[in-house]
Amino acid sequence: MDKRILAVLGIAALAAVPQFGLGNYHLHLLITVLIWGFVYTSWSVMGRFGMVSLGHGAFLGVGGYVVTMLWNSFGLTPWVGIPIAIVLSMTMALLVGYPCFRFRIVGHYFALVTLALGEVVRLTIVGLRDQTGGSLGMTVEGVPGGTSFLALQFGERATFFYLALIVWAAGLWVWRMVDRSMLRYALEASSEDEDAAASVGVNVTRAKLMITMLSAGMTTIGGALYAQYQMYINPETISGIGISLQIVFAVIAGGLFTQLGPTVGAMFTLLLAETLRVTFGHDIHGLDGTIYGLLLVLFIIYMPKGITGSIAAGLVRRRGAPGAAPAAATH
Amino acid sequence: MLKVQDLTKRFGGFVAVDRVSFSLEQGEILGLIGPNGSGKSTTFNMIAGMLKPSAGTIMLEGREIGGLAPIEICHRGIGRTFQIPRPFRQLTILENVVTAAFFGQRGHVSRTKAHDHAEEALALVGLPTDPQAEVASLGAAGLKKLELARAIATQPKLLLADESLGGLDETEMNQAADMLDHIRREKNITIIWVEHIMGVLMRVVDRAIVLDHGEKIFEGLPREVAKDPKVIEIYLGTEKITFQEGVAT
Repeated sequence: MDKRILAVLGIAALAAVPQFGLGNYHLHLLITVLIWGFVYTSWSVMGRFGMVSLGHGAFLGVGGYVVTMLWNSFGLTPWVGIPIAIVLSMTMALLVGYPCFRFRIVGHYFALVTLALGEVVRLTIVGLRDQTGGSLGMTVEGVPGGTSFLALQFGERATFFYLALIVWAAGLWVWRMVDRSMLRYALEASSEDEDAAASVGVNVTRAKLMITMLSAGMTTIGGALYAQYQMYINPETISGIGISLQIVFAVIAGGLFTQLGPTVGAMFTLLLAETLRVTFGHDIHGLDGTIYGLLLVLFIIYMPKGITGSIAAGLVRRRGAPGAAPAAATH
Repeated sequence: MLKVQDLTKRFGGFVAVDRVSFSLEQGEILGLIGPNGSGKSTTFNMIAGMLKPSAGTIMLEGREIGGLAPIEICHRGIGRTFQIPRPFRQLTILENVVTAAFFGQRGHVSRTKAHDHAEEALALVGLPTDPQAEVASLGAAGLKKLELARAIATQPKLLLADESLGGLDETEMNQAADMLDHIRREKNITIIWVEHIMGVLMRVVDRAIVLDHGEKIFEGLPREVAKDPKVIEIYLGTEKITFQEGVAT
């Protein structure tokens, strides 16, 4: 079947979900998967090219805090606040990214720089206690009645579900656009061999900056959406190193190189977190982190393509490996 | 079209290339040869933008290009291959060459056009234009061809071919030499061909330059190279070099 038809059908089926009288809890899980699926997709648009960021919490934090602070302090609608936050995040990505890419800080070193970026943003939020509430977090000021389009607040969970669905689908669309663009060629080439890429005219620095800023901007939207949904943010849950690492874990588990991989990763991590919560409650502090870490190691060793990647590879094998046959060695 | 004047590269106190001068006519193939450590790769890398010259000038069609970054060199119309093939393995063979065709023109061509240029380049070197064909399916000779196809797809005026014969057997070497000759004729590209073995190369080059210890010790017609006493000495000690069986040092 045509993939486009399949996509439309899939999204239509999802859109119909709230009509089936789903309880609040299940709707909540779905919204959570959509928001995080979008955030993970945003990370993977650059992560798939070997640009592993351990600091995407920085962009989530900017999204959540800038939008909330503008709303709480000045009553500025998130519809304006979000673009402002996006511009801020992209500027941050540019300032940190440019020297990295210009001077070829790649691989582990790039990951370390981003790790620092995430911490800088978290510590800034904690430090600006009077404005941000510090470690105690910050509550988004609710509108009377609970629903206001201008405030991007919806008392009705189903409404928020549709909003999250649209944003998530847009994220997948962006992923697809990048996948089909010449930018992908430039980035695949750059991630493999910067000298060879430059020798055929690829502007490595520019290509990397473009994708980093795109990813940062998208992640910012995710952060804002999360804040609007939870109505409460906290530097640890939105900007901490834990959340930055969870993004990486989820994408690797779900599949770094497939369109739906990050979303599957969101389902997987949520399922894991909920199971742990229901089974152990909050008795064993740090258990989830330990299990994430352990699973991450196992995934990297045994399933480097993640859940979706492994399923896709399995399907190809069963169909008699059409991808392996073409182009006999050309000597 | 290319004029190299007193090109010099010093690494600290060591002079890798010492006041080397030569020039190239449109459509010519120049063989740049010399034993290992003779400075030919350093010369190559200075023209390709990988190294900044310590002194001297490199003029392409009357404009100085010495010290420009590799991407600029590409955009000025110089394509290059790598001695050890450096393909983009995440991309298919066709995508490798499309990348070069598109970005080699600064992205100012349509994708369809880039696609056409890529297919043309692949056909020229005899690689499959099948969009599914993977880089992993290529052997040593195939990877060398991919290097050439990628460089040609950028639509260069000047092609720098770095040791295109390394790692090939004799039949493949002859094919590679014929291919460069064919490319020159088809596309009217000027070629500098760097090699440390002489034999096969001498069949197709119009002129040869021999470097030794960073200095130009010979420039002339290929049939004269093998007779030059200085060249014979650096390559074979005192024995006479035979034309067809030119030997690797």
